[in-house]
Amino acid sequence: MQREGSPFTGIGPVFMKELSDHLTSIRMMVLTLFVIVFGAFPVASSLQTLRTVVSADAYLYLRIFTIEPQQVPISFISALNFIIPLMAIGLGFDSVNSEFNRRTLSRVLSQPIYRDALLLGKFLGGLMTLAVGLLALWLIVFGAGLLLLGIPPRGVEVARAFGFLVVAVFYGGVWLAIAMLFSVVFRSTATSALCALGLWLFFFILWPMIANALVLGFAPAEITSIDQYVGIQELAIALQRLSPGTLFSEALLGLLNPETRTLGFMLPTQMRGAIPNAPLPLDQSLLLIWPQVTGLIAGMIVVFSAAYVVFQREEVRA
Amino acid sequence: MSENVIEARGLLKTYGEARAVDAIDLDIRRGEIFGLLGPNGAGKTTTILMMLGLTETSGGSVSVLGFDPVRQPLQVKRRVGYLPDAVGFYDHMTARENLIYTARLLDIPRRESNGRIMQALKSVALDDVADKRVATFSRGMRQRLGIAEIVMKKAEIAILDEPTSGLDPHATFELLEMIRGLKKAGVAVLLSSHLLDRVQSVCDRVALFNKGKIALMGTVVELANQVLGAGHPLLVEASGIDVAAALRGIEGVQQVLPAGEGAWRVVADRDVRAVVARNVVTAGGSLSRLSDLQPSLEEVYTHYFEGERHAA
Repeated sequence: MQREGSPFTGIGPVFMKELSDHLTSIRMMVLTLFVIVFGAFPVASSLQTLRTVVSADAYLYLRIFTIEPQQVPISFISALNFIIPLMAIGLGFDSVNSEFNRRTLSRVLSQPIYRDALLLGKFLGGLMTLAVGLLALWLIVFGAGLLLLGIPPRGVEVARAFGFLVVAVFYGGVWLAIAMLFSVVFRSTATSALCALGLWLFFFILWPMIANALVLGFAPAEITSIDQYVGIQELAIALQRLSPGTLFSEALLGLLNPETRTLGFMLPTQMRGAIPNAPLPLDQSLLLIWPQVTGLIAGMIVVFSAAYVVFQREEVRA
Repeated sequence: MSENVIEARGLLKTYGEARAVDAIDLDIRRGEIFGLLGPNGAGKTTTILMMLGLTETSGGSVSVLGFDPVRQPLQVKRRVGYLPDAVGFYDHMTARENLIYTARLLDIPRRESNGRIMQALKSVALDDVADKRVATFSRGMRQRLGIAEIVMKKAEIAILDEPTSGLDPHATFELLEMIRGLKKAGVAVLLSSHLLDRVQSVCDRVALFNKGKIALMGTVVELANQVLGAGHPLLVEASGIDVAAALRGIEGVQQVLPAGEGAWRVVADRDVRAVVARNVVTAGGSLSRLSDLQPSLEEVYTHYFEGERHAA
């Protein structure tokens, strides 16, 4: 049966309300504080390192994001890899079930708006909030770089760093969709937060180990050919890539380390003729990371669709 | 000729095997207050949600102002105001901000919305707290804010689900006044409730729900005649004698039923008060009360469901 009217009716007000709710909420302030604390340390110490190590580097600015300083053994991007999911979960874990618990859901849905628009408006509002937060952080890092390094970034560096920002928003989108899925599935906000955080810990701590164990399980006792070896390595990488964090860090590797030529497994024979440490042009780097970015976007859409399907079937009555 | 604003025909909602709403027919006319009554779980809220297109129908048809809520929910929801059971508002926002959000969702032009919001708040006497956060509101104030939302929406139909539940008598009285006000403004009101005496005072017609079916439908007097029998019900309170035996022989008395400690309900086809009094007194009893009963919805309700229980 066909329903009438645009599914996007009313999406604007929902988006604006979510955005203003998020931006004025205490929760957002706490999350921002979190990000600043977690991000400031790596950035400050990598700037420190960069100031002391004098070497001709064409991509000095990008090193702020990527180098692991001696004092803090974590780079800015690995800190973000860890923190962005937390931000996204913090923004999304109660987006639908809190409306339900406050008994506002049936009232809002009795206005001329489809559930599609409500869910999408909430998602886009959360994503926009995330984007605003990341942009602010990104600008702070660049500003700090300008001040402390004393040289302006080159255009290509800005372009690559901007790519990083876009990928980070998509990465946050995946986790926002996951958090919203749980907020639709569970009526209790605590349960949904716990599940989302559980999944986050699972992907960061457990999944690398499980993936290794699986590979060991699949691997034959004795590796007899190079094809077999390549097959196992590729399986290992494929399993790791099921975690959004892997896709994110691979995409950033390609973007922020222009020397990166491959994100997969490569035999030394395939490297023949390559000039070591020669940076790739931006378009080639983008081509390299395109599968990872597509994977993130696809993951975001798949999880959001799941949330949408569950939400459509949900009873609105208390 | 009154025009129907809601028409339901064979409306059905099943959850697996269970029939929450079992093929009901229902007409609501323009400008009337219609009450849906029945115990919890009888299918009142499900019926309401189907009329709003908030839950899918399993069969039958319903038409709201000529629109099909399943296929044209936006058209329906633009014209129908809904006050859910224990309505919620965004606590961190003020009353005015909550209504502004609704106005945006309704796509009311901004220059118009301010006036409409203030007018609506004034009509429910919330204009002096318009800029207070809803978190500070009492339950009654929230319900009134819900009515204000319907007023602002300029809805043609107002659907109120248990509007008076959990309110103190004064707040209930105020709310019922506002419901009458909606009717005066030409809005058809559909309300569900289990507070029967309150409903009786505002409803033009009622439907009694039982296990997903409409057991009875009509005006309160019609229902009383159907369930309690036509005629003159009396309440007799006396002591010292077997009242039932003393009254049974009176010509015209159809039923004598115990109605609590030392009280009997007498149903007769004519006014038998004088005879009843004489019989009680001559039998040596002391008569403490003899009153003509107005048929009350509460009685209809209790009587009907007792009959149901006996039948089952």
